[in-house]
Amino acid sequence: MIYLDNAATSWPKPPEVAQAMVHYLNEVGANPGRSGHRLSIAAARIIYDAREVVAGLLGAPDPLRVVWTANVTEALNMALAGVLRPGDHALTSSMEHNSMMRPLRALERQGVELTVLPCDEQGRLDPAAVEQAIRPNTALIALNHASNVVGTLLPVAEVGRIARRRGLLFLVDTAQTAGAYPIDMEAAGIDLLAFTGHKALLGPMGTGGLVFGRRVDLARWQLLKRGGTGSRSEQEEQPAFLPDMGESGTPNAVGIAGLLAGVRYVAQRGVAAIREHEMALTGRLTAGLRAIPSVTVYGSGIAAEQTATVSFNIAGLEPSEVGQRLDEEHDIMCRPGLHCAPAAHRTIGTFPAGTVRLGLGVLSTAEDVDGALQAVARLAQEVR
Amino acid sequence: MACPQTKATAYAVVLLSGTSHALRAEKVLQQAGIVCKLIPVPRHLSSDCGVCLRIAQGDAEAARTALAAARVEVAAIQML
Repeated sequence: MIYLDNAATSWPKPPEVAQAMVHYLNEVGANPGRSGHRLSIAAARIIYDAREVVAGLLGAPDPLRVVWTANVTEALNMALAGVLRPGDHALTSSMEHNSMMRPLRALERQGVELTVLPCDEQGRLDPAAVEQAIRPNTALIALNHASNVVGTLLPVAEVGRIARRRGLLFLVDTAQTAGAYPIDMEAAGIDLLAFTGHKALLGPMGTGGLVFGRRVDLARWQLLKRGGTGSRSEQEEQPAFLPDMGESGTPNAVGIAGLLAGVRYVAQRGVAAIREHEMALTGRLTAGLRAIPSVTVYGSGIAAEQTATVSFNIAGLEPSEVGQRLDEEHDIMCRPGLHCAPAAHRTIGTFPAGTVRLGLGVLSTAEDVDGALQAVARLAQEVR
Repeated sequence: MACPQTKATAYAVVLLSGTSHALRAEKVLQQAGIVCKLIPVPRHLSSDCGVCLRIAQGDAEAARTALAAARVEVAAIQML
């Protein structure tokens, strides 16, 4: 089998991930931060250590500003609802996933003004367009770091500089980049960084988080969720400090134990080395696809300007059919369709049919790429 | 793992904002060479269900300085 759906979730995971989860369930098990007994403290240490490795990998200002969530979608909802009030203006791009777009559209109905900045057909955003769209009431710039459809990287560092200069908060969705592309939150001027644990950070599903930069005003923050935190238990009001403020209820401790192992694996291999590996495979895949007559590859096609996610179509075949035949006839797992990102497909001109998406990962090999290329060439040949 | 238990007889406890902060503080104190131990918050000091750090009374000022330098907010340092 060739698994090329890493943009949806990474698989397989390094064996340490499952081992850490089994260890947690069998040897630790207790509720972290809810008691002073040694199992509870052992659990809390695992959660804390995971904050540290995530903070280190992403250039976060402080491990205590890493707030765990169930996934990046929850983190984005938390950030958007946390900052935006009726009358505020927000800027986003036309390449966003619905995890960003849907909460923004809901806030728009509640009186938030929204500008969706158009990207070009390759999914690129001009930073000057961001600056020109800023209004007196702009409160937030919210962008993905890289498209989940074509992998195109948005100019996060440039926009971060604009946000700092104009005194605006900057939220970045790193679902497609955290663990696969170097990120330095502080250096890039990111104030709110939403991440998922189950993609390039190699953890299990049900893990993710929101990292708060120091410019975020916690006193103005609007919480989505309140409840037990294991701290300030005498109070019936939610604690006003991080991370407890944003972490009500028992966390996914077994998932975070797995995430800790995944992030340690990433840190050990090094994000720069992972990036090199994935860029080489992306270049091989893109060049190979382009060499097949009747195949259209979307995005820039330049490995250095994108993540290891490549979208294509075969003339005369629906993406869903290609996906099904790659699975059934060639044992290749991919993802066809709209990828929860209708705005992005409108931008690159593939709405409503969508594309076939191949998502490479850290454990993908040149043999995987070559196998996929042979299969696509075969399908393309059969249709002619 | 946890700091070795101090042999001093006069203890103080560093109270922090919850378990995450206590674990961060523990690392900061370890790095500063201050002997400490995570213990449940003594009931007479707080109704919190969490943990705090026990240190030698003589280390209280050094602990305060190290935690301030690492931007870890301390709720209180109480003599036991």
